[in-house]
Amino acid sequence: MTEKLHGYVENLKTKNAAWVESVVESHGEVTVFVPRESILDICRFLTAEHGFDMLADLCGVDRGPEEEPRFEVNYHLFSTIHYSRLRLKVLLSDDDPHVPTLTRLWKTANWHERETYDLFGIIFDGHPDLRRILLPSDFDGHALRKDYPLRGYEPYSLN
Amino acid sequence: MATAAENIPSQFEVLDSSLESEMTLSMGPQHPSTHGVLRLDLKLDGELVINVIPDIGYLHTGMENLFEYKKYQQGIVITDRMDYLNPLGNNLAYVMAAEKLLDLEIPERAQVIRVLMCELQRIASHMVWLGTHCLDIGAMSVFFYCFRQREKILNLIEAASGGRMTPSYFRIGGLMMDLPAGFENRCNQFLADFPEAMDTFDTLVTGNTIWMSRTKGIGIIERDEAINWGLTGPCLRGSGVELDLRRHNPYCGYETYDFDIPVEHDGDVWARFKVRMRECLESYKIVRQALDRLKPGPIKADAPKIVLPDRDDMRKHMDSLIHHFLIVAEGFNVPEGEVYHAIEASKGELGVYMKSNGGPKPERVHFRGPSFVNLAALPVMSEGEMVADVVAIIGSLDIVLGEIDR
Repeated sequence: MTEKLHGYVENLKTKNAAWVESVVESHGEVTVFVPRESILDICRFLTAEHGFDMLADLCGVDRGPEEEPRFEVNYHLFSTIHYSRLRLKVLLSDDDPHVPTLTRLWKTANWHERETYDLFGIIFDGHPDLRRILLPSDFDGHALRKDYPLRGYEPYSLN
Repeated sequence: MATAAENIPSQFEVLDSSLESEMTLSMGPQHPSTHGVLRLDLKLDGELVINVIPDIGYLHTGMENLFEYKKYQQGIVITDRMDYLNPLGNNLAYVMAAEKLLDLEIPERAQVIRVLMCELQRIASHMVWLGTHCLDIGAMSVFFYCFRQREKILNLIEAASGGRMTPSYFRIGGLMMDLPAGFENRCNQFLADFPEAMDTFDTLVTGNTIWMSRTKGIGIIERDEAINWGLTGPCLRGSGVELDLRRHNPYCGYETYDFDIPVEHDGDVWARFKVRMRECLESYKIVRQALDRLKPGPIKADAPKIVLPDRDDMRKHMDSLIHHFLIVAEGFNVPEGEVYHAIEASKGELGVYMKSNGGPKPERVHFRGPSFVNLAALPVMSEGEMVADVVAIIGSLDIVLGEIDR
């Protein structure tokens, strides 16, 4: 199963060697670390050439404020043709959490990116409607960051 | 806090200025047809829908944050509260992700019971969908017949796990406990009546002219667009894509069961309705096969440091007692790594992304809820339809707000 996935990664490398930073395989899943500025081109290539036509999931991870790079954005690609999965991972630093949007390619990225922006403060450049989605628009901070206190910044009140 | 979106023009501005007769109607969050606390901003031209902007988050409880503060085994309880119509599916996705990280081998009997319970739960979830979908469109009585069937399944789940809506029946490494004595008989009793109940539903709604005229040709989404919007489950199969993770990314031994994947090609409310109705009977087939396969055997993996020991063992063996104490007090360490595990829940692909940093608590747990993604496609389905059809389309998406807001 993973041989096929490694084949796709090899094709990515042949197309543009700068697209693949490193490849990790674990638990039968293949993760490709990719540079953030070419994420859209990589997804376009994988969609057109290798049938990864669905963005199954997009989620952010905060490794902690002391880590560098601090944030990860995981793209879980899925193919409705050959049913395999591939994870692309972009690493972002704390002072520059920007990554290009995928909404031009997949409309489903819209809400996933809004959620990731809402909870992690990762900015998706070019997103048509980057507002908070789960939390209220006047919410202070980004709730899933590791340095966000569990009970929030404000003392809890019933008002 | 300033948002990056402030400078970006809203995508609806063009529409706002082009129509003079436009009206904005806020539907929900307390509207019964929104299946919970969903609010819709409807932009209307008379009765015609120009645009819909779903507004979610009213039920947000920060579950993904809570996972990071709880041990792995404590997280199972949280998953029950997500998609509360399909809690066993959530349990399964969560425990299977953890098991993947731990490389656990699950015994045969536990696998069969997992399949059995999940398929029963799928039927129960579809019963709620059918009842409320019909209620939304105006057919009152179907609701009562559906909930009668669902009640029987909830009784079965209660017999097995002790909980009706929040079973937490699956544990990392196996099951909470074995099925009670007489469970197979009770299950068979339910199954004996079920096809007849499906006939009743067919008589009540499927052949009904009013039902057909309310659902046919409404809320159409084409095949390619459905994939682009990330639809999964019955919504995608209603648009003509044969994709079922039970068949195409099999887990729990689903590849050995004999069942069909219902597919419809019209992509409208009617197609999604037909897919779910046929799915109930496919689940019924799987439950029958799973019952035949129930053979005595262990229900927990052979991993004493992860799986709680039996009470009987604890009374007789010192090491079991120590393991029990350590698991409850300190939890178990999960090797560093990350996995994404997806199962076919009753509403579509339920994916769990789990990242461990080697400790007893996960570093990050993310749930890819099918309802969340399916609801995002509501605007494209509702454009140009009537207000009353929006209600029908929401019903056909089968959303649960507990999972959308998490």
